Amino acid sequence: MSVFRFTRTTIDGALLRAELTDPASGGFALFEGWVRNHNAGREVQRLEYEAFEELAIKEGERIVRAAIERFGVAHALCVHRVGALEIGELAVWVGVSSGHRGEAFQACRFIIDEVKQRLPIWKKEHYVTGDSGWVNCERCAEVPHAHESEHAH
Amino acid sequence: MTRTLRVQYFALLREQAGRSEERVTTSAATPAELYTELTGRYPFQLTREQLRVAINAEFCDWTTALAEGDSVVFIPPVAGG
Repeated sequence: MSVFRFTRTTIDGALLRAELTDPASGGFALFEGWVRNHNAGREVQRLEYEAFEELAIKEGERIVRAAIERFGVAHALCVHRVGALEIGELAVWVGVSSGHRGEAFQACRFIIDEVKQRLPIWKKEHYVTGDSGWVNCERCAEVPHAHESEHAH
Repeated sequence: MTRTLRVQYFALLREQAGRSEERVTTSAATPAELYTELTGRYPFQLTREQLRVAINAEFCDWTTALAEGDSVVFIPPVAGG
């Protein structure tokens, strides 16, 4: 069963959560990334996610499986949306079930951090002013290597 | 010696190249040389230091030798999550 997936339609968190239930698990940690109406001082109206899926799926699987092994959790799953999204929509979902809460929180944090840092996924913001820009790219010429700073959810 | 490669473009590079992919016949021996060649053809502004590169859907070094038929992707700064 794949532990990292892309979807072009609304992410159904309840369905995904059901995949992680396990009688041996006493804890479930969840991270949801939502589309925010502002970023870096700009008012955002909507956005688009694009991915190099062939590579991102391979790397995403490696990240989630590494988290399961490293933290010893029972199950973990990450689903990322691509395509056009509106404000408030679910962009990324990470769930982890495990015997106890500590490792579930740790694995969940590890997965979302690695996904944001490593996977070839790009976000184009459309602003209320009518213009648009690729996050972390448009100002690259001015601020090289700024791409892991200010864009956390 | 020339080789024919498949180059795919994503996000900002896709927009600046005006295409999602193409076949490129080139004498470039490495991704570094290929990117230099493509910046002469398209208005790419991202520098090599800002990009990563993948061959056949695996991250690789800029100095990896390119082979006939390879698929090459230059990866702009990412923004998932």
